[in-house]
Amino acid sequence: MTQFRIAPPDLPHIPASEITPKEVFLNRRQWLAGAGALTTAAGLLPQPAEAAQVIVPLAAKANPQFKPSDAPTDKKLATTYNNYYEFGTSKSAPANEAASLTVRPWSIEVTGEVAKPRRIDLEELMRLPLEERIYRFRCVEAWSMVVPWIGFEFRHLAALVEPTGKARFVRFTSVARKEEMSGLRTAVPVLDWPYTEGLRLDEAMNPLTLMSVGMYGETLPNQNGAPVRLVVPWKYGFKSAKSIVKIEFLEQQPVSSWTKSAMHEYGFYSNVNPMVDHPRWSQKRERLLPSLFASRETELFNGYTEQVAGLYSGMDLKANF
Amino acid sequence: MSEPLSLSRAARWIDKGLLGPVWLGTVKAAVFVLCLWPLARLAYAGLFDPLALGANPAETIIRSLGDWTIRFLLIGLAISPLRSWAGINHLIAFRRMLGLFAFAYACAHLLAYLAFDRLFQWGEIVQDVIKRPFIAVGFIAFCLLLPLAVTSTRGWVLRLGGARWALLHRLVYPIAFLGVLHDWWLVKRDLTWPLIYAVIVALEMLARVRPVKSFLKQHSPFQQNIAGR
Repeated sequence: MTQFRIAPPDLPHIPASEITPKEVFLNRRQWLAGAGALTTAAGLLPQPAEAAQVIVPLAAKANPQFKPSDAPTDKKLATTYNNYYEFGTSKSAPANEAASLTVRPWSIEVTGEVAKPRRIDLEELMRLPLEERIYRFRCVEAWSMVVPWIGFEFRHLAALVEPTGKARFVRFTSVARKEEMSGLRTAVPVLDWPYTEGLRLDEAMNPLTLMSVGMYGETLPNQNGAPVRLVVPWKYGFKSAKSIVKIEFLEQQPVSSWTKSAMHEYGFYSNVNPMVDHPRWSQKRERLLPSLFASRETELFNGYTEQVAGLYSGMDLKANF
Repeated sequence: MSEPLSLSRAARWIDKGLLGPVWLGTVKAAVFVLCLWPLARLAYAGLFDPLALGANPAETIIRSLGDWTIRFLLIGLAISPLRSWAGINHLIAFRRMLGLFAFAYACAHLLAYLAFDRLFQWGEIVQDVIKRPFIAVGFIAFCLLLPLAVTSTRGWVLRLGGARWALLHRLVYPIAFLGVLHDWWLVKRDLTWPLIYAVIVALEMLARVRPVKSFLKQHSPFQQNIAGR
């Protein structure tokens, strides 16, 4: 039973010997079920990877260009306090409930205005140039963290499918499995599932836009959007869709789940902007967790103005909130 | 010995023994310490063990203080119906203390919000009250609590006269309603506790309706010895 482990992702630029899984934690029941299956049908077991949480070390070179002045948030806090409504609306629900999501095998269907539409396996995505970037993360609820993500730039994924000249937007769709995600089983759906988010193509192709497969030197915990999620650091956190199963290149601007639920509160752009308040609260300051005081001055584009301001030159950011 | 009779005896034992002249002071002191417990726990964690309060300690502190404000209000509101139904008259000795604890936790709750969330930026606070109905409701409830806390002393009862004092203190009913509404309107939150609070407030109000009150009293298992006299 102690040999029950999950094969690390195949990373050609790192010797396999260096990425021996040292920590694999599972939902206890599923671990026991898996262990039972091992003993009863050892020879027939297809893939031990059907287990829930797949958290293994993931080595990636740190990109020194992305190192905010604030230290990274404690890993325990970043993995136990977040929003992932598919597992419930409280901040603790994702960490408590997300172990039930099966994250292997995984693939993303990439379609739409592309020359080579296809389904890309997680293993192939993990072979794209991974690096560690410490990004500021600003939630629309006026709290923030600093997270060391591991991922690849979205444009590398786009290059695999070759967007056509017609593509102007990108829609990201998150996984929605009722049987595995307790937040999808509410009598009244909290949002229009599956969760979708959208970017303008040039926003998506910006080198800051990351497809993350890990954090804190390991593969992503389920509650943080395993096995692959979007990270758009200059926009409010909800734009960074989790557990992505589908990416579409579109001619028309897509409407996200949050915009559908409250269009006057959650616009298409949702860029971090201290001058544009949420209709129900101010966005001027934020609470850098775990500090008591909400005293950090929120920065335009979350401090990434240099990299992204050009995307919005001449645009009225109040009207295009 | 029949069951109702033993319940009556228990009620009488509480009223005349536990809450009688000998022990009342001790019990009151114990309840006082107990009421301070939630605040002490938060203060201890905040000072010495902030991780125990989670990733967002300020939110934990503000919500916990708010929750206890409502709980003390609801416990305080249970005293009169319980007194009449169970015939434990001396419960009245705790009503003012519970009310003042509700007020103290409300003050701490408000102060934590003003300091941690708004850094005492008064302009922003006014904006917040205007823009967010649940904050406005909480603010109104707090304002209504103020005169009750001020007039909670014996001196004020005498100054106002019993009837006028009692009339003023009926403000606690809308305060409890607004408090629960304040909690309910906190968006993006599990409604379990607000719902529990709402049901309790509703039952406490119902128990005050005169026919209900006398029905409860006549059919009280605690008062079999006096029923039907």
